[in-house]
Amino acid sequence: MSDVSLVVNGRKVSGSVEDRTLLVHFLRENLGLTGTHVGCDTSQCGACVVHVDGKAVKSCTMLAVQASGSEVVTIEGLANGAELHPVQAAFKEHHGLQCGFCTPGMIMAATDMIRRHPEGLDEATVRAELEGNICRCTGYHNIVKAVLAASKTMAKSKGKAKAKAA
Amino acid sequence: MGIEGIGARVARKEDRRLITGAGRYVDDMVVPGMKHAAFVRSPHAHAEIKKIDVRKAKAMPGVIDVLLGKELKTDGIGNLICGWMIHSKDGTPMKMGAWSPLAVDRVRYVGDAVAIVVADTKGQARDAAEAVEITYKELKSVSEAVDALKKGAPQIHPEADGNLIYDWEIGDAKATDAAIAKAAHVTKMHIVNNRLVPNAMEPRAALGHYDKAEDHYTCWTTSQNPHVARLVMSAFYNVAPENKLRVIAPDVGGGFGSKIYIYPEEIVCLWASKKTGVPVKWVADRTESFLTDAHGRDHVTEVQMAFDKDNKITGLKVDTIANFGAYMSLFSSAVPTYLYATLLSGQYVIPAIHANVRAVYTNTAPVDAYRGAGRPEATYLLERTMETAARELGVSPAELRRKNFITTFPYQTPVIMCYDAGDYAASLDAAMKAADYAGFAKRKAAAAKKGKLRGIGMSNYIEACGIAPSAAVGSLGAGVGLWESAEVRVNGVGTIEVLTGSHSHGQGHETTFAQLVADRFGVPIDSVSIVHGDTDKVQMGMGTYGSRSGAVGMSAIVKALDKVEKKAKKIAAHLMEADEGDIVIENGVAKVAGTDKNVPWFQVALAAYTAHNLPAGMEPGLKEGAFYDPSNFTFPAGCYICEVEVDPETGVTEIVQFVAADDFGNIINPMIVEGQVHGGIAQGVGQALLEGASYDGASGQLVTASYMDYAMPRADDLPSFQVSTSNTPCPSNPLGIKGCGEAGAIGSPPAVMNAITDAIGNNDLTMPATPQKVWAAIRAAKKH
Repeated sequence: MSDVSLVVNGRKVSGSVEDRTLLVHFLRENLGLTGTHVGCDTSQCGACVVHVDGKAVKSCTMLAVQASGSEVVTIEGLANGAELHPVQAAFKEHHGLQCGFCTPGMIMAATDMIRRHPEGLDEATVRAELEGNICRCTGYHNIVKAVLAASKTMAKSKGKAKAKAA
Repeated sequence: MGIEGIGARVARKEDRRLITGAGRYVDDMVVPGMKHAAFVRSPHAHAEIKKIDVRKAKAMPGVIDVLLGKELKTDGIGNLICGWMIHSKDGTPMKMGAWSPLAVDRVRYVGDAVAIVVADTKGQARDAAEAVEITYKELKSVSEAVDALKKGAPQIHPEADGNLIYDWEIGDAKATDAAIAKAAHVTKMHIVNNRLVPNAMEPRAALGHYDKAEDHYTCWTTSQNPHVARLVMSAFYNVAPENKLRVIAPDVGGGFGSKIYIYPEEIVCLWASKKTGVPVKWVADRTESFLTDAHGRDHVTEVQMAFDKDNKITGLKVDTIANFGAYMSLFSSAVPTYLYATLLSGQYVIPAIHANVRAVYTNTAPVDAYRGAGRPEATYLLERTMETAARELGVSPAELRRKNFITTFPYQTPVIMCYDAGDYAASLDAAMKAADYAGFAKRKAAAAKKGKLRGIGMSNYIEACGIAPSAAVGSLGAGVGLWESAEVRVNGVGTIEVLTGSHSHGQGHETTFAQLVADRFGVPIDSVSIVHGDTDKVQMGMGTYGSRSGAVGMSAIVKALDKVEKKAKKIAAHLMEADEGDIVIENGVAKVAGTDKNVPWFQVALAAYTAHNLPAGMEPGLKEGAFYDPSNFTFPAGCYICEVEVDPETGVTEIVQFVAADDFGNIINPMIVEGQVHGGIAQGVGQALLEGASYDGASGQLVTASYMDYAMPRADDLPSFQVSTSNTPCPSNPLGIKGCGEAGAIGSPPAVMNAITDAIGNNDLTMPATPQKVWAAIRAAKKH
């Protein structure tokens, strides 16, 4: 057993876990954050993507002990209270989800993608970068639409924030 | 229609919980005292179980118990069954082999469950499962249906001699043979429909809880039809009587057919919960899902299509061998018969049709309905044959189809179905226009300059949805009725709950069903809640599959709404001292037509519950239920066009455009319908280009048992799709709906394959058309 302590969605948490415990299982079972899903055994599907220290990580590829000391954001921590994150809002507006199982991972991966591409995104880039997230319901059509739309919205609000600061 | 009524593009009500991580799937459920299960599964495709030693496993840390099949039998738990009786052409009933939820003396496929281990943690259960010592005597196995029929093939079930489950036929063999004999041209093809794994993203799971105090069971399960699960587990598997068994299917992460069936695991978890005295949860890992979820397709077919000198089809002869796997899954028998051969007329006038189908046991996972179920197989063979015929006859594929279209309705096919309405030329025209079919030659030439082979292919599908009426399917062998139920409860303040037997696992029922209510009474959809997925809340239902939730499920709601509206109008008329016939309810208000007299909706509801001032003799309350049994199937149809570019150096196919023109009848929410089509096309393109379940011939091991080995369509494998609909209303249900859930998966595979074979100039290509196969086909074409 090992002790882990980390910040999850802004809250300090700690626990004692079996050494083999994956981050995803720590989040789901110890913290009850069941929005992060497990869809495969081989780190292929991306349903478990969370942000660790600001970067998208498949939480099934990381041991809980490796994440100790890190700041983790899960799907539960993405919205600002009742106000949806722009990527969440875009998924709803553009029907980017059906059964919802892959959705938390998709949204976390997409948020990270948009952050990494301040220059903006095009369809080919979005499709290439979503390669690590599998969806069986939507055929990706509306997911791609949602990510592109969110990327534009976020660029605009960033622009506005900059203009305000100036 | 109003902004939230029928036809409106309303964003989904269910999204908020799903995008914020607040969805509740079975694996998210926690019950006090809950323990974890792991199944011990057969590593062999076919073997006798000689000895099982659980001593070591039972002594492992955290282990509560290890339970075996013989204990399950002692407790009277029944075998799994197939619920649709098919008779062979000689009149004998299908030969169903015994399927014990835990194998007792023989295992018949890799993954067959042998024992359950219950332990404090999932890790401990798995560790102990590995410590169960089983002595097997390996037997010869067979994984291909064609091989299982050969003399000397291993006998899989004593009940099915030569592994043949049934040998069934439909249509007129003599007339078809005569048409072929007289034909000016006959197109012959050998068609393989590749085996697929449905791969809903949420793996199957079950949580069984036996409550000793109440002598009552609760099962949380990943089901598309919790009521059917309860019925079958009660009536056939002797788990518990219906009044002592509650089945809950909460948020379910996709189904595509694979979550219709009742599997061994939910039965065993319920039984194990009583045996051990603790709630037992099992969640499949992905490899377990690959091994044990019911697979789809897996047909091998010989087809002959006869034409007269005017290129009119005169006959169609089909001979199919269908792989059923090691056991007959719940609806497996219906798939290659009534869901397949009855659609072999396609969109065409074909005077004579005959189909023969042999269903066969093999040492593989059970095979059952997967998105489309039988209809994709029918469409694939018809549409590849049509395209091939056009090439052989030297005519345009579009015009050959057009020439043979059914144009007058109702149309009785020679294979049971009576098509009620459709306009196939409209879909063909719409698709050709959207795809700029006429401009293809130019695009092909431009591609050739870049060194790419460009091809175009089409597919004109028809399907039958909303399977019914119940009496008709009963006469064809179905063990259940195929109606749906609904209850509309208006609360005292006017908010509304709709209880439905149609489970939603991605289809957006919580939104579209609410739109029906909004449309009827002009109330906001936020004041309407859709309740489903719990047998304690909803009395009965048949569930979600076969694109039936719209045509059947929503029709039941309409029927219940009719009754509510009638009573509400009576109350409103009484309150306003007006004639019932003059009352209209709209925008949340009951009005006397042509006057300014009105009563808000909530006051009508309140009056029903205060019961201070109701018409004489009226019962208080405003709640009505209805069962709806359709009078006919519905027949969605459409035309799909796919255009590809193939790199002759690598064999890689890129889909450069994909056009879908569907006729789904009336549409409640176009956004959701489009989403269903996108997803269906992706699965169909997956079948055509990427997916194929593959068993090793010698060992019977599933070699495609993870996402590292089974190629799922990913975002960069697919283009954006151009979809459109035309709307010929369905005459057989009150909403005029046909159903849209499966069309994409049905119509797309032949369009893709027709495009690739057009591009490379070699028709000898099977799905999935991987770069390796395409590259080889290009080389083979050059040699000729």
